[in-house]
Amino acid sequence: MSTTYRTCPVSGLQFENHAEKLMRWNAVAGVLWLLVGGITALLVILTRWPAIKLLPADQFYLILTAHGIDMLILWIIFFEMAVLYFASSTLLRCRLAAPKVAWAAFWLMVVGGIMTNVAIFQGESSVMFTSYVPMQAAPHFYLGIILFAVGALIGCGIFFGTLVIAKREKTYSGSIPLVTFGALTAAIIATFTILAGAGILLPTLLWSVGIIREIDAQLYRMVWWGLGHSSQQINVSAHVAIWYLIAAVVFGAKPLSEKVSRFAFLLYILFLQLASAHHLLSDPGMSAEWKVLNTSYFMYFAVMASMIHGFTVPGAIEAAQRRKGYTNGLFEWLRKAPWGNPVFSGMFISLVSFGFLGGISGVVLGTEQINMLMHNTFYVPGHFHTTVVTGTTLAFMAVTYLLVPVLFRREMILPKLCQIQPYLFGISMSVLGLVMMGAGTLGVSRRHWDMAFAGAPFQYEWPGAAYLMMGLTGIAGVIAVIGGGLWIVLVVGSLLFGKKLDGGKVSNLPTPIPDQSQAASAVAHGQEHVGVPGTVVLALLLFVCFVLYYFVNWKYLSEVWLLS
Amino acid sequence: MSAILPPSNRLWWKQPIDKVEWAWIAIAFVWGMVMFVMMIYWHIYGKQNLSNEAYKTTPEMFAAKAEKFIAENTIRTETDQNIPVVKVPDNGEGYLIARLWSWYPILELEKGKTYKIHLSSMDYNHGFSLQPVNINIQVIPGYEHVVKMTPTKEGTYAIVCNEYCGIGHHSMLGRIYVKK
Repeated sequence: MSTTYRTCPVSGLQFENHAEKLMRWNAVAGVLWLLVGGITALLVILTRWPAIKLLPADQFYLILTAHGIDMLILWIIFFEMAVLYFASSTLLRCRLAAPKVAWAAFWLMVVGGIMTNVAIFQGESSVMFTSYVPMQAAPHFYLGIILFAVGALIGCGIFFGTLVIAKREKTYSGSIPLVTFGALTAAIIATFTILAGAGILLPTLLWSVGIIREIDAQLYRMVWWGLGHSSQQINVSAHVAIWYLIAAVVFGAKPLSEKVSRFAFLLYILFLQLASAHHLLSDPGMSAEWKVLNTSYFMYFAVMASMIHGFTVPGAIEAAQRRKGYTNGLFEWLRKAPWGNPVFSGMFISLVSFGFLGGISGVVLGTEQINMLMHNTFYVPGHFHTTVVTGTTLAFMAVTYLLVPVLFRREMILPKLCQIQPYLFGISMSVLGLVMMGAGTLGVSRRHWDMAFAGAPFQYEWPGAAYLMMGLTGIAGVIAVIGGGLWIVLVVGSLLFGKKLDGGKVSNLPTPIPDQSQAASAVAHGQEHVGVPGTVVLALLLFVCFVLYYFVNWKYLSEVWLLS
Repeated sequence: MSAILPPSNRLWWKQPIDKVEWAWIAIAFVWGMVMFVMMIYWHIYGKQNLSNEAYKTTPEMFAAKAEKFIAENTIRTETDQNIPVVKVPDNGEGYLIARLWSWYPILELEKGKTYKIHLSSMDYNHGFSLQPVNINIQVIPGYEHVVKMTPTKEGTYAIVCNEYCGIGHHSMLGRIYVKK
């Protein structure tokens, strides 16, 4: 298939015609699902806010199911497809493998997403994102997810194929860039995640139409989490790759060490799948040995990987800033960073919130015995709103400020509001996660319509602090929805009304990445060593918070009933 | 040069790793090991570990055992639904049924005594969430989980269901009494 290559005059990035169109459509589809997910988010939050309690119970459970599916699957994975095509075709300056197949994958994902949403909104599939058997949804609920997953799997195949083409056509020399390596990690994890998903959703589909009689409820939970948790690791790999991307574009930062950063990505592939076991820590069907082995010994290698990225990303920024002369004290490099640039501010809030809130809470939640204090409480969504939302979604939002001008060739409208948006969304979402965790620590359940237990034979009065936390959840949640909505308005507004930008030179042949440019060899490692003391201080601060919070939870645990 | 270009040094894996980076990797590794050992330590010396005792069962088999336990040990009934209050006998074996949408029966325990509470579900997944103690255990149909527990304080406790189980989920509230 013939194609053309456009070189963006601003960024120097080179877009292949088919890949560019696919990136745009996948990103736009993602944003539309984010819109649906955002509306459902508002309805969920206004119902869980005890003073408002907007929806009746049946609608609440329906809307909550839609919120989970539309955000965790549809928004994020559509956007990730755009990231995969960008990290392969654009960064390696090569044509996309099999664009027609990539379009088929896209439409499969669209059809699947709509089908599952139709099933949910018809009202017979309020089974939540996890859809634990033997609770049953309509067959097209499962079929939609399967179609979507097949599309995503094909998308990963296109990504792998594009890497092969780039290698064969020698559009670059040496190793692939770190960001592409991170995307490769995401695509590999996506592949085995989707296969695990097929392993459980295909039988569940057959069960829902009556071909299979029974699925063991514990087995379902185990295999399903091979999909449910690992799919969040696709997100982690993707957003960490985007952190590196933004550090590279905004600061010209290069990784402190290619070896360390790549090794950390590799650890994700090797150990994250095993971490799925931490969803089963309070289950009857697995032994304590199985739980401890799978969640600790193995999961901590993945935790180590995130701690490494949490160090090397700000470290790379600090090194780049110090090279530019911001060398006063520990933190001049950070103070003089472009805080008014939403690309940077979004990325940095994502990094901090993911590390301090999402990361620490996730490890504590994943500790075998401590899990009993939090399993299925509001702590759990509190945790993942500070990983998947302030981590992944915010990183995706930040990179979009970069992509709208270069990919869609439109200037962002309302630049003042663009500056505010990452703060509004990132901070309110972080507070939201924090107060949700607070409510969970006091025992409040997740996925629960009524703290007053209407219709129950007894009463139970939650402590006043729990109601306070839920009220704060409502307030922070509404602000976060406004922050997210603002982003959608800014992006869609810019696509429609933003000033058109020059597309740049179009050619029939790709321009390969220049081999070992002068600029590159001038800053090669060892010639100009720069220390990163500020990052060391930040990392140690994280470590101290981590250790304190971890042991505080053992203290809490020691105060409950004795169990053995 | 940067993370979006191929590494400038083609033999990037031969470049030395900075001391600071090594130190951080070492801290992260040692901390992982500390957290790993902590769980094992708690299994040996800690007093809050989730029971390892579980059996495959069926709703019918479990219900039969639970009904026998209720018939033999009921001391009174409560509420207009006449929910039996069952005093768990001296052998400490008690049964608790999770079903749409109730915890059945009400259990009466004594402070400081150790009980073996058998948990299972008759239908969907449920979540045993003891409040305000805040102990949370997954209850799965087809599995009988035998949880050893020792109440440390007297009072009236609620069992909230914290695994979504359908439209009546939020009304699924049970009760445990702990006497002196």
